Amino acid sequence: MYEFKYHRPGTVRQAANLLVKNEDAKVIAGGHTLIPVMKQRLASPPHLVDLSHIEGLNAIEMKGRSLVIGATAKHAEVATSAIVGEAIPALANLAGGIGDPAVRHRGTIGGSLANNDPTADYPAAVLALGATIVTNKRRLKAEEFFQGLFTTALEADEIITKVMFPLPKKAAYIKFRNQASRYALVGVFVARRPSDVRVAVTGAGSEGVFRVTAFEEALKKRFASKALEGISVPAEGLNSDIHGSAEYRAHLIGVLTRRAVDAANAKQ
Amino acid sequence: MAKISLIVNGNPVTANIDPRTLLVQFLRENLRLTGTHVGCDTSQCGACVVHLDGKAVKSCTTLAVMADGHEVKTIEGLAADGAPLHPMQEAFREHHGLQCGFCTPGMIMTAIDIVHRRGHELDDHTIREELEGNLCRCTGYQNIVASISAGAKAMAKSDLA
Repeated sequence: MYEFKYHRPGTVRQAANLLVKNEDAKVIAGGHTLIPVMKQRLASPPHLVDLSHIEGLNAIEMKGRSLVIGATAKHAEVATSAIVGEAIPALANLAGGIGDPAVRHRGTIGGSLANNDPTADYPAAVLALGATIVTNKRRLKAEEFFQGLFTTALEADEIITKVMFPLPKKAAYIKFRNQASRYALVGVFVARRPSDVRVAVTGAGSEGVFRVTAFEEALKKRFASKALEGISVPAEGLNSDIHGSAEYRAHLIGVLTRRAVDAANAKQ
Repeated sequence: MAKISLIVNGNPVTANIDPRTLLVQFLRENLRLTGTHVGCDTSQCGACVVHLDGKAVKSCTTLAVMADGHEVKTIEGLAADGAPLHPMQEAFREHHGLQCGFCTPGMIMTAIDIVHRRGHELDDHTIREELEGNLCRCTGYQNIVASISAGAKAMAKSDLA
């Protein structure tokens, strides 16, 4: 790991000022993506701005009909929160399946989203549930936020402060893990929302998380796994590597979507 | 350099460190607490698991400077020198939950964290799921699972948490 200067702001405003003042500064919260990347010397930020001491930034609460999760809420906090379990059990379930218990004690929702790893779990939930990402500057819809591999709409001095999830009628997330890395080879989040159905896929797309509109339309007519019979996902644009071909991933998307729909229906 | 003050195994510690020092490096090299191991160094294997404010974390993926003001417990902090072992350590000894022993400190710190979160009556499936982040290359896990199951029960009757 290369040298860096460490900053510990007490507020989001101070943190943002530090980002403005120090070029190429990076934000750190749980560090479970950034530290490994810095150890490999793939990143060498000259300044680290630690958000983990900003009070209240990890709050989880209901605001009207939205579940609001603070940026530094750890995966374990989301997984075990009674508020999340009541509002969107599929989200609690997703958070409880990220990494392993020790990783879940450090990794944060804001960190996962800001990194936008193409195999991360949270982006699928945020896109399928139609969440809004709130920063120190503005509100971003999920569709505008994710902009491809490890790329988001965040500006250099922009910090995620919270994520607002509108409550779905039903939802479920199913992932098929890579047997070695345990990351999602394919993960599918299905949300039946008051006005539509969304299906978001992680792990498979060469540009990161994406929606399957053909599935969404069929499920909007009838929210049952049978509604997906005869519809398949093209392998074009999907990842192909030693862990699975694009065709295999395309097949998995269909299988996991059907399982997610069944799981969403079974929960109610 | 950054000045940090934290509690390690119940003792206050203050040090001046390079901010890039990992928590595991700080524990092993500055404090000479070499019970915490570095296995994979990529947050996969769990040999470096310690408790940060009572929760299992991978100290190879935590900056020491981020532990400033917090409390750390390592394998050395489970039982005093010469005193009887912590019930989880004793269970690993009794049930032969180790062979080479390299992963054992991390296994035991994880096991105690499992008991804190999941209670004293753990079925084998729960233990295996919870061991997702700890790798052992010798035992095949059978006796580790048996050790944790017994250690969890023994902890219910012990003053040592």
